Amino acid sequence: MNLAAEPKSNKVSEAAPQAAAVPSTQPAVEAVEEGYRTVGDFTALKPVMQARKVDVFYGDNHAIQRVNLDVGLNEVIALIGPSGCGKSTFIRCLNRMNDTIESARITGEITLDGENIYGRHMDVVMLRARVGMVFQKPNPFPKSVYDNVAYGPRIHGLARDRVELDEIVQTSLERAGLWVEVKDRLEEPGTGLSGGQQQRLCIARTIAVNPEVILMDEPCSALDPIATARIEDLIDELKQNYAIVIVTHSMQQAARVSQRTAYFHLGKLIEVGDTDEVFTNPRHKLTEDYITGRFG
Amino acid sequence: MSSTPGVKELVARGIGRRYRNERLFKAAGLGALMIGLGFLAFFFYTLVANGYTALQQTRILLDVKLDLAVIDPDNTRDPAVRATADYQRLVRDAMSALFPDVKARAELRDLFALVSPGAGLELKEYVASNPGAVGSTISVWLVADDDIDVLVKGHVSRDVPEADRRIDDRQLAWLDKLEQEQRIGLRFNRYFFTAGDSRDPELAGIWSATIGSFYMLLVTLLLSFPLGVATAIYLEEFARRNRWTDLIEVNINNLAAVPSIVFGLLGLALFINAFGLPRSAPLVGGLVLSLMTLPVIIIASRAALTAVPPSIREAALGLGASKMQMVMHHVLPLAMPGMLTGTIIGMARALGESAPLLMIGMVAFIVDVPDSPLDPSTALPVQVYLWADSPERAFVERTSAAIIVLLLFLLVMNATAILLRKRFERRY
Repeated sequence: MNLAAEPKSNKVSEAAPQAAAVPSTQPAVEAVEEGYRTVGDFTALKPVMQARKVDVFYGDNHAIQRVNLDVGLNEVIALIGPSGCGKSTFIRCLNRMNDTIESARITGEITLDGENIYGRHMDVVMLRARVGMVFQKPNPFPKSVYDNVAYGPRIHGLARDRVELDEIVQTSLERAGLWVEVKDRLEEPGTGLSGGQQQRLCIARTIAVNPEVILMDEPCSALDPIATARIEDLIDELKQNYAIVIVTHSMQQAARVSQRTAYFHLGKLIEVGDTDEVFTNPRHKLTEDYITGRFG
Repeated sequence: MSSTPGVKELVARGIGRRYRNERLFKAAGLGALMIGLGFLAFFFYTLVANGYTALQQTRILLDVKLDLAVIDPDNTRDPAVRATADYQRLVRDAMSALFPDVKARAELRDLFALVSPGAGLELKEYVASNPGAVGSTISVWLVADDDIDVLVKGHVSRDVPEADRRIDDRQLAWLDKLEQEQRIGLRFNRYFFTAGDSRDPELAGIWSATIGSFYMLLVTLLLSFPLGVATAIYLEEFARRNRWTDLIEVNINNLAAVPSIVFGLLGLALFINAFGLPRSAPLVGGLVLSLMTLPVIIIASRAALTAVPPSIREAALGLGASKMQMVMHHVLPLAMPGMLTGTIIGMARALGESAPLLMIGMVAFIVDVPDSPLDPSTALPVQVYLWADSPERAFVERTSAAIIVLLLFLLVMNATAILLRKRFERRY
């Protein structure tokens, strides 16, 4: 691992002049920061969340550096990159899950509909209701399927009565493509479902709160190919209504489900662009090396 | 150096030694287990062998004339009058009737000593529940003195020289006569389970100590469980990790290892001397035991909280649950079995504790059953200590029996802990 990492870090320092060699790709917003600049356009067509100059430190460890990135409505943005590159760190900044890590420190600005989510007026509970998250390992509560989905609406008071709650649960399960499979076992524990069903249950649980953004941190890494395909179809449908950020280790998955792709490398956002562009015509050497399988 | 040995040869060279080491280790482990089990078996054997006889006590069949002149001379039929009558005199009369030859004062005293002072009380109870029997003559099995009891049970030998015996030859002859007439018998020892302590072993029981222990554990549970769980939740879920929380953590771990008698001294200084709470009261005992149990519960509860997977917390937080909701809805239910187990084990330790109670005066001689946690009381392990210290031979079997009862309580508590863990343990 270390042997592979060493030459990579050298490449980053080489990367800066190379990126500067293509000035035509620079967006209007300043993405230029000391040491490196992101190649490609990091803005979205209909931006919902905007990260500007985001740095994250875990103690002395500079986990991500000067990241600028937009998350747009009706599109899936895939974050790819080798392990430890900061893509999970970044996604966890978007709903402030990094708050739970005491040593984590975040600078820069991330906005949701123009509001700074790290600002004084942003309540973290409110934020997480608006920015839902699906985790790597399916983590249903050890409660019934129904209670899993109903939990979010219950704590936020989204349903006035049982009928409304039933409705929310059913719609959420339907939209997660799980209703047919579980409609007769709503009272059985969610932990008794198969891995793929559990992950779809977690997605149903997330969309039951009706968030604006859904963050998915490697949602398929614990699933078999068939379950993965179902989740990917689901992601494709969900983008009709939500802005979706997905972290993935699978480049095929990124190519299949996303419209935009961001390539992270050692805490730096190296390249962003339309998925087709990034995969067929990567402009940065590191991106090219990664997606052609030379490392990672 | 024609050929270096291959992997196969190298492995083969050491393999015998490796298996031998494993066999030796297994044998050593089994040996250690056997030694432990041997001691345990010996312990249980001596306890049961010594203690089972306490379940029975010797009684003497007497034909008692419930003389109206003694019980209720004015025939008032007033229970209050009848309760104050000299029933022991009726017992004495019945004994005299069996041995009409005994006339001398000293001899009579020795004769009456065969029957327990509790026999009169038994007659009083009989009259209270059967008022109509007054005036008639009844045959009742009345409780014998403890010296007779140990003799009948064979704990004391008749071959001992008379001077070293508590029962002299004359009393032995009377006893033999009673046995010939089949007036001596072993009956269930109800005093052991229903009475408080007594100077007369045949009338002594563990009920008051049991109630004292119960009140004490109640106070301990009510105090230490909520406090301990709240502390654990705060430290584990809310407090920031810094020098202060580290210091607190070290201190909690240290407190768990402080000798219990130190907590007793603290309780004496704080609760009795400073706060002026009553001595010998289960309330104070419970407070002291809470101090002792708290660190145990905190440590167990923190371990239970740590064992809840972080993915559950993330799931709850990710949905927008507040930290409090995350803890109350998800983490606490999952940690509860572990917390309860830790609590019950802490309570079991508290139940078996005697040293701190000696410091706060719970070592007192308590006959009455306490009505509240403020009444003077003793506790089961202290009762064991008191009886073990008593000179009467009859207390030996009662000590063992009290220990058996104490162990049964502990067994039930620990079994409950295991059951709770098995029943509510949820996989995630």
